[in-house]
Amino acid sequence: MISRPPAIAVTIETERGAAAEQAAYEHPLVVRYCHWLSAISLLVLIFSGWQIYWAFPSFGPKIPQHDFVHLPRLLMLGGWLGGALQWHLTFIWIFVPTGLVYLAYEFASGNYRQALFTPGDVAGVWPMVRYYFLFGPKPVQSEPYNPLQKLAYTSVIALGMLAVLTGLAVYNPVQFSFLAKLMGGFHLARLWHFAVMAGLLFFIVGHLIMVVLHGWRNFASMLTGWKRDPEYPV
Amino acid sequence: MPTSVDRSRFKRLTRRELLKLSPVVLLGAFAWPGTRSALLNLGESFNDWAESKWYRPNHHATTFSDSQALPLERFPFNSYDVLEPEIDFAVWKLEVAGLVKRPGDYLLDRIQSLPKVVQNTRHVCVEGWDAIGNFGGARLRDFLAMVGADERARYIYVECADDYYDSLDMATAMQPNSLLCYEMYGKPLLRGHGAPLRLSLPTKIGYKSAKYLTRLEVTNVLRRRGYWEDQGYPWYYSL
Repeated sequence: MISRPPAIAVTIETERGAAAEQAAYEHPLVVRYCHWLSAISLLVLIFSGWQIYWAFPSFGPKIPQHDFVHLPRLLMLGGWLGGALQWHLTFIWIFVPTGLVYLAYEFASGNYRQALFTPGDVAGVWPMVRYYFLFGPKPVQSEPYNPLQKLAYTSVIALGMLAVLTGLAVYNPVQFSFLAKLMGGFHLARLWHFAVMAGLLFFIVGHLIMVVLHGWRNFASMLTGWKRDPEYPV
Repeated sequence: MPTSVDRSRFKRLTRRELLKLSPVVLLGAFAWPGTRSALLNLGESFNDWAESKWYRPNHHATTFSDSQALPLERFPFNSYDVLEPEIDFAVWKLEVAGLVKRPGDYLLDRIQSLPKVVQNTRHVCVEGWDAIGNFGGARLRDFLAMVGADERARYIYVECADDYYDSLDMATAMQPNSLLCYEMYGKPLLRGHGAPLRLSLPTKIGYKSAKYLTRLEVTNVLRRRGYWEDQGYPWYYSL
């Protein structure tokens, strides 16, 4: 297995009795921008999306209307359908360009090998599953992200793309009739759009739990780029 | 980058990296009431503009078979405040004004003398529900030709018997599925569906298909954009 440490690592010098510490530059500025811009815009899109959904909380016909699921009012953004549409249609223009810049950067720079799932990661999936869910031994970590993490980040990018495509089919089912057709028509596309949102929400909850479990140093690395005392050799 | 740094230098390094990221807080302008609505209006206008760029004026709306259309009694109607403006059909006329060669009042039989188009199309409400219905009427573009409209004008503006008003771009008005609709399911429009004359625009969101039409103006300037649009709904919103 190829080891993929970050491009830059330093030793922070010893100071009066303190042990020397390693630090690794994990997240280039472009990646940090993309992370926070997509995080903020995704939350805005989800909460305004709930307000939009609230105008007709069903996936069936209008007559007779059977409501599907009631969402917490507190988590709706926009105040009413028109306000929510403004948020939704504005922040999609932050979300999509951010995603495109991120993908372009990852592949142009080769950084995708750190963050995204590649064939080389397949072998490491089972040991991580055993560790996380079956009390197995902790696999040796040789790079910033373990294979399950990469799988999660790769999946969430795929979900983000599906969110945009299903959204286009809901928003413009005539101009993008091929997309709407692919999803079984406008009516079903709306259900897929909602399902993809649920998948993204599942990721966000899991991601936040892991961030809390891994503590401040890990979180700070998404702000400064640098991770002190990384859990892998640099 | 040296491979070894002292602690204070490392601290300065990380602080500088954090500062480089700080412009992200500019998004806070969306949270501040003083700038929020201006930014959201700007975002919506940009979205309208972008959407108009990928609108294909000659791309036909998806049409459906008769069996896919809902029965008339299950076709929903929304009205914004009054259900029925109680139009007296005997004296109803459509007033045509603006950049047209033949302005004036047009009676329903003039509109019905134009080639009739019957199509099963999907009506999509901004709320999220949709309904496939059978709509019959004259092509809006045929009517615009009849009144001698200047096709280089930017907008069609309509007013309705129930104080509703709306406007649309010329490209959508000229789109072959855009109808001046006077029939549903082969019968004259019901009052709830906008009798005697409404727009049926299968390439636009539902609220653009104004009902109870009384006035149509061809214009380059909009004093008002639309009943809902002036409250925040997107103006362009094609399907």
